[in-house]
Amino acid sequence: MTTTRPLLGSPMTRLEGREKVTGTARYAVDYPVDRVAYAWPVPAAVARGEITAVDATAALADPAVLAVLSYENAPRLHDTDDRTLAVLQSPHIAHRGQFAALAVATSLEAARGAAAAIRVAYAPEPHDVILTRDHPGLYKPDEVDEGMPTDREHGDFDTVYARAQVRLDAVYETPPLHNHPLEPHAATAMWDGDDLTVYDSNQGATAVQHVLAELFGLATGKIHVINEHVGGGFGSKGTARPHVVLAAMAARVVRRPVKLALPRNQLAAVTGHRSPTIQRIRIGADTEGHVQALAHEVTTQISALDGFVEPAAVVSRVMYAAPNSRTTHRVTRLDVPTPSWMRAPGECPGMFALESAMDELAIACGVDPIELRVRNEPTVEPDSGLPFSSRHLVECLREGTRRFGWHDRDPRIAGKHEGRLLIGSGVAASTYPVYVMASHAEAHAGPDGSYEVHVSASDIGTGARTVLTQIAADALGVPLDRVRVRVGSSDLPPASVAGASSGTASWGWPVHKACTELRQRLEALGHSVPEQGLTVAADIAEDLDDREDYARHAFGAQFAEVQVDTVTGETRVRRLLGVFAAGRILNPRTARSQFIGGMTMGLGMALLEGSTMDPAFGDYAERDLASYHVPACADVPEIDVHWIEEEDPQLNPMGSKGIGEIGIVGTAAAIANAVHHATGVRIRALPIHPAVLMPPLAGARQASPS
Amino acid sequence: MGAMTAVTLHINGERFSRELDNRTTLLDLLREHAHLSGAKKGCDHGQCGACTVLLDGRRVNACLLLAVSMDGTDVTTIEGLSDGNALHPLQQAFLDHDAFQCGFCTPGQICSAVAAIAEARAGWPSVVTAQDEPEGPVELTAPEVRERMSGNLCRCGAYVNIVSAVREVAR
Repeated sequence: MTTTRPLLGSPMTRLEGREKVTGTARYAVDYPVDRVAYAWPVPAAVARGEITAVDATAALADPAVLAVLSYENAPRLHDTDDRTLAVLQSPHIAHRGQFAALAVATSLEAARGAAAAIRVAYAPEPHDVILTRDHPGLYKPDEVDEGMPTDREHGDFDTVYARAQVRLDAVYETPPLHNHPLEPHAATAMWDGDDLTVYDSNQGATAVQHVLAELFGLATGKIHVINEHVGGGFGSKGTARPHVVLAAMAARVVRRPVKLALPRNQLAAVTGHRSPTIQRIRIGADTEGHVQALAHEVTTQISALDGFVEPAAVVSRVMYAAPNSRTTHRVTRLDVPTPSWMRAPGECPGMFALESAMDELAIACGVDPIELRVRNEPTVEPDSGLPFSSRHLVECLREGTRRFGWHDRDPRIAGKHEGRLLIGSGVAASTYPVYVMASHAEAHAGPDGSYEVHVSASDIGTGARTVLTQIAADALGVPLDRVRVRVGSSDLPPASVAGASSGTASWGWPVHKACTELRQRLEALGHSVPEQGLTVAADIAEDLDDREDYARHAFGAQFAEVQVDTVTGETRVRRLLGVFAAGRILNPRTARSQFIGGMTMGLGMALLEGSTMDPAFGDYAERDLASYHVPACADVPEIDVHWIEEEDPQLNPMGSKGIGEIGIVGTAAAIANAVHHATGVRIRALPIHPAVLMPPLAGARQASPS
Repeated sequence: MGAMTAVTLHINGERFSRELDNRTTLLDLLREHAHLSGAKKGCDHGQCGACTVLLDGRRVNACLLLAVSMDGTDVTTIEGLSDGNALHPLQQAFLDHDAFQCGFCTPGQICSAVAAIAEARAGWPSVVTAQDEPEGPVELTAPEVRERMSGNLCRCGAYVNIVSAVREVAR
C-alpha cells in the first residue's frame, strides 16, 4: 500500500461545503415529510406561580388545529435528572417563558394563530430574579461543573495579601449572555409504532437518544436521533432541550409527524444561557509584579429548576504562580431561566476578570503587561502541582508581541489621538482545558477497496466530518477519496457531545484506533479483503483510564487595538491578533475559522452582548436579534490568527488539543485593556457600551478642555 | 382555517402556483410549499438575513413578505444560483475562503452578496461611500463589503472570510 503525504495538518476543504453553499444541506426542519403537522409553544407569562386554567376553546375552533396540549392533558413523561425537560407535566411555573401549552395544527400559520388564541390563567407568586453579591440565598455548591471543587485554598492568602507591597482589589461583572445560534432549536419528530425518529438540532445525538428513551420509557434502540447538519450550538444544544421533547410528545398525540422550530423570541428563556457573574479579585504582589497572593471569588446564579454553576474561578487555579491563593464559588437559586453552557463556560467570564486584573496589576507595578505575565509563569499547574503536558503561553505572548508590533506601543495612558478618536491597545492570555470523553467508532473495509467509518459525532460547523476523514485516511494509509465517514446519527456507534472542545479528540481517537487496527488486520491478510468486508470496532474507555496524570491545557495570547470616539463614546476594534498553542493543528483551514469565530464572539461579549433581567416581569428583556446584539459584519475588523507548533505526546494519537472555545477566552479582556490604554477608563462590567464610557470621557474632556 | 388566495410566481425560473393561507410568508411558501429549504428561518423578523432571496433581482428578507403579494414575481433562491453542477462564483468563493462554519446563514449570505455586488456595480452608495465619490460603480473595499453585508448575521463568526470571498468575486 502506498502512503500518501500526511493528511493530518493539511488544509482540506469542508466535505459538506458544497451542500452548504447550494442550500441542499438539511437541518432539523428542512426534511420533506408527508402529513406533517406544526407545533407552536405558548410561554408562561408569569415568573413564578401556578396555572389555574387553560382555555383552548378559541384555538380549537379552527379545524386546522389538531390539539392543544398543557399539563392537563399532555402525556406523562418519566423522570430524568434534567427538570427543564419535564415539559407540560405540572401546573407549577418556575420561570417566565417556561412552556405552559402547545398548539399543534396542520399549517404553521394555524399553529401560530392557535398559540396566540390559547388563554392561560395563572395564580402568580412573588418572584426573586436579581443577583447581588450579598443575596441572602447564596450557598456553597457541592461542586462546580462536573467534579471540580467549589473552593480551593493554598498557603495563607489573608496574611500575605495584607502585607503585600502592591494590592489590587476589584470586582468584575459579566452580564447574562445568550448563545443565539443562527438555527433556532428545532426538531421534526415521527413515530412508527414505538420507534421514534427525530431530526433534531443538537450537539450530541447519542445523549439526546438516551434522554428521550428515559423520558418516554423506551429502549434506547427505539430512538433514532439524526443531526446531520446543525446550525450552530455554542453549548446551548449540548444536551436535549425542551423543544425536542415537545415535538415528540405532540407527534405521539396527533399521530402525525410534527415540526417544531422555536420562535427566536422564545429561545432566551428555555434553551440555556451563560449566567451573570460577579467576580472579586484580590492580588498581592511585590513591586516587580510577582504575584504572592491571589483570590478569585465568584458569585453567580442558577434557576429554581437547576442549572449549571459557572465555574469562573477555575482559571485562577491554572494560570499564574501564586503561592497563596483562594478560589471560591457561591451561587443562589433565583426564579429565572435555567442557565447552561455557553462557549468556554467558566474560562470565558473568569478570564475576563483575571486578565483585566493582571492588566491593572501591570499598571500598578509599572511593568509591561506581557512581561508581568512572563514573570508569573508557573513551573507546574499551581493548584494541582501536576506538570503541564505542554504549556507555551510565553511563546504565544512573544510571538504576538512581534506580530502585533507591541514594542512600538507607547505605554502612556490616553496618549494617542486621531482627531476625536483615542487609540489604544491591550493584551490578554487565553486558556482552555484539554478534555476527552469516552466514545466508540467502527471502521469497515469493503471488498472494492473503499472504507467506511462510523461514529455518532456531531458536526455543528466545526469541520468534524472533515477532520475525522483526515484522521481515518491517515491511519488507514489511503487517499481521502477512498474513505467515507458517517456522522450525525444516534444509530452509529455511541459518541460524546460536540462540547468542551473535546470532539476531535473524543471521536478522532476511536476512529484512529479502529482504522489502525483495521489496517493491521488487512496487512495480516495480505490486503485481500474478505467478500463480506472487514469491520473493526474501537472503544477508548481503557485508553483514557491508562493516561498519566498531567495538567493538560491549551494556551494563547490575544492582542487588540481599539479606537474610542470621544464624542459618541463608541468603541470599535481596529484589529485583533490571536496566537495559540493548542497541540497539533489537524486542519489549518477549519482551525483558523474556529479561532476567528471564537474571537468574533469575544468581540461581541466585549462591546455588544448582554441580557438584562427585567425585575418586574422576571425575564430577559432582550428576546430577539434586534435587541440582543451579536456582532454584525461591520463590527468585525481583520482578525489575524497564528499558532505555535506544539508537540505533546500526552494528548491522544493525533497530538491535538481542542480549539473550539479558546478563541473566545481572553478576547473581552484584551479589548477592555485596550479601551483602558486608549482612554484611561477601566471598565469592569461588560459590555463596554457608549453609555458607560461617555460619562468618564465627558468628565475627562471638561478637566482638560484642550 | 385562514382565508386563502391563489398566487402564481416564478421560482428559480419555474412557474409555481398555489392557493395559500393569507398569513403565509414568502419564506414559508418556499420552505413548506415549494420544498426549497435552502432559505433559512433564523428569526422570522427580518433581523438575521438567513432567509435572504432575490426578488426580481433585488435582495429581500423572505420572512417579511406575504406570499399572496408575490403574484407575478420572479424569485431566485440559493438553489437557483448554481447552473447544474457548476457553482455560482460566490458559492465557489465561499467554499474556497471557508466563509462559513455551521452553514445555516450561508444561503442568505450568498444571495445577499450577489445583490450587494450588483448594487455596487450599479453605483448605489452605502453609508461608508465617500460623499465626493464620482458617479458610477462603487469599488467594494473591505469597509464597503462589511457595511453592505451587515444585514446577514453569522453567529459562527465567519465574517473575516465572508469579506474576502465577496471581494474576490467583486474584483
